[in-house]
Amino acid sequence: MAAVAPEQSTTGSPGPSRPRPQESRLRAIARRLRIDRRYMPVVGTFVVLALILVIGGARYENFLSAGVLANLFINNSFLIVLAVGMTFVILTGGIDLSVGAVLALSAVSAAYLLDAGVPAAVVLPAVVLIGSVIGLLIGLMVHVFDVQPFIATLAGMFFARGLCFVIAPESIPITDETFVAIAGWDTWVGGQWRMTSSVVVSLVVVALAFFLLHYTQFGRTVYAIGGGEQSARLMGLPVARTKVLVYVVSGTCAGLGGLLFAMYSRSGYSLTGVAMELDAIAAVVIGGTLLTGGTGFVLGSVLGVLVLGLIQTIITFEGTLSSWWTKIVIGALLLVFVVLQRVLTLRRT
Amino acid sequence: MREITRHALFWPVAALIALLVANTVYRPDFLAVTVLDGHLFGAPIDILRNAAPLMLVALGMTLVIATRGIDLSVGAVVAISGALSLSFIATSPDPGSVSTVLLAIAIALGVSLVLGVWNGFLVSVVGIQPIIATLILMTAGRGIAMLITEGQITTVTSAPFKTLGSGFWLGLPVATLVAGGVFLLVALLTRRTALGMLVESVGINPAASRLAGVKARTIVWTVFALSGLFSGLAGLILASNVMAADANNAGLFIELDAILAVVIGGTSLQGGKFSLSGTLVGVLIITTLTLTVTIVGISPLVTPLFKALVVIAVTLLQSPRIRETFAARARQRAARPEEVAA
Repeated sequence: MAAVAPEQSTTGSPGPSRPRPQESRLRAIARRLRIDRRYMPVVGTFVVLALILVIGGARYENFLSAGVLANLFINNSFLIVLAVGMTFVILTGGIDLSVGAVLALSAVSAAYLLDAGVPAAVVLPAVVLIGSVIGLLIGLMVHVFDVQPFIATLAGMFFARGLCFVIAPESIPITDETFVAIAGWDTWVGGQWRMTSSVVVSLVVVALAFFLLHYTQFGRTVYAIGGGEQSARLMGLPVARTKVLVYVVSGTCAGLGGLLFAMYSRSGYSLTGVAMELDAIAAVVIGGTLLTGGTGFVLGSVLGVLVLGLIQTIITFEGTLSSWWTKIVIGALLLVFVVLQRVLTLRRT
Repeated sequence: MREITRHALFWPVAALIALLVANTVYRPDFLAVTVLDGHLFGAPIDILRNAAPLMLVALGMTLVIATRGIDLSVGAVVAISGALSLSFIATSPDPGSVSTVLLAIAIALGVSLVLGVWNGFLVSVVGIQPIIATLILMTAGRGIAMLITEGQITTVTSAPFKTLGSGFWLGLPVATLVAGGVFLLVALLTRRTALGMLVESVGINPAASRLAGVKARTIVWTVFALSGLFSGLAGLILASNVMAADANNAGLFIELDAILAVVIGGTSLQGGKFSLSGTLVGVLIITTLTLTVTIVGISPLVTPLFKALVVIAVTLLQSPRIRETFAARARQRAARPEEVAA
């Protein structure tokens, strides 16, 4: 168990063993700042985030207020949870297209069950479990039957979305007292920073995911599979179990995301979360995780969600800009990040 | 018999026939085709006409998937192409003239081709994974389409343009004829020339095929350009069907339907081999399924559920593990009589 103690040897060694004729300026700066190359994409995301904050702060009054920034977390708590789950899947080199539909299914089920009079104490864990079960089924499809993740999760997406309409074609409002009380709970950190229950849950999920990825065998196996599935198998790592588990994690996150969304909107509607899986994937990519797997961080994905949220906020602040500019800007940002990642990976190989 | 069940298209065709039979049982006149006003009418003709846009998109998708790529941006291209053509016709002084309509079609197809070339550039020159390269246009594309229509749903009256989506020629829907023509053209190009083989070789191993003298980069670029062009054509048909440019909903989820059709048809997402006739069957299955749900009287909103079931069934039947199980059982059965004979 203690055999993996010297952590520095795995991170620091590849530099000197392969001498390079030219040091790029970027790398020279990075070296001076002592930033590991693995963190470069995340640092890039952070720079973009800071840039947006500076631009927003310079252009609009009140943009840099605690209220706006706290709202950023409140409005995006479910997306943070989705992106965290998606990070696990993408780290293994897979993809999960089902999360938007599973989120809707979980939200609709929550509203339907509460409407039917089922107590909130049963509903809350039940709808999260729905996500886990769908994730498990997808994972089994991917692993046991060798269906490509893209297709398996696509089927999961259609399945969940169809079920939504079977359960309730129309929007169901949530009036259950316990649920509304939980959803409405908030606390003020430092007197100015409002945190709702959703924000607390999403931050706990982030912390849990960080712990899972960096301090457990499961997390190390996730990275190993992304680095090379064959090698991971030859190393004797539990590849099969882990590959199924990442979809369970992502499904559970989607179920939890649905719960948070139901809290946020106080209702369940079958058409919520359409194309939200793309937002989650975009957040993960902007957060510096490579789609080929093996490289990336949960905290990067959180930064990615914040970048997306800030773009939305800026466009709202601008007022005259139409909502469709959001999509165009996100597309452009994706392009920049992907090209940047490509340049970084090219230099590595 | 075993020859037939072993054929790659056995399960997809069986699924299609099962669907048609189920429909006929539910509504005995389902397969009846009548002649009305000199046109053919009936559910089969509806299926053929509704299948046209999906067929076009799926054709391009088949080629892209054969090179181990994927094109998520087709829905956005459909929206852009529809928005461009209708906005052009709406602002032109003479919306009903043939020359205006031809110019609108040319502009829309030209832009779609450019968008396809852009995807191809990102994938083959910059070297971005196809799923992400096309995700960029998928995200931004609908925004661009909204920009063209300025967020409005533009409605247009133009008889020549309407012909493309709802017209008939020689008794058959024009849309079907267009899609059929493109299908034949692609089939000829890929199966009667070396192009198909080159596409497959790039899908199996891009580096090896480049070393063998195949211009892998050009091939990848070409298939993405074609996918863009065909999606543009599909967008024109869809736009002319409703005569309204709806940037938000035109071609929504068509990329997923197209990928499903391709996969149901037996083309592997791993690339390296493709089946155009399989894609045709896949498209017909999806279109028939959609029509069936409407006929049986279930809300069309539940359609995704049935699509999911079909996909799961077909992909599981095609999965290596189940195939092996079947093959092992067949071998046992084949071995037994020999023992008796010996």
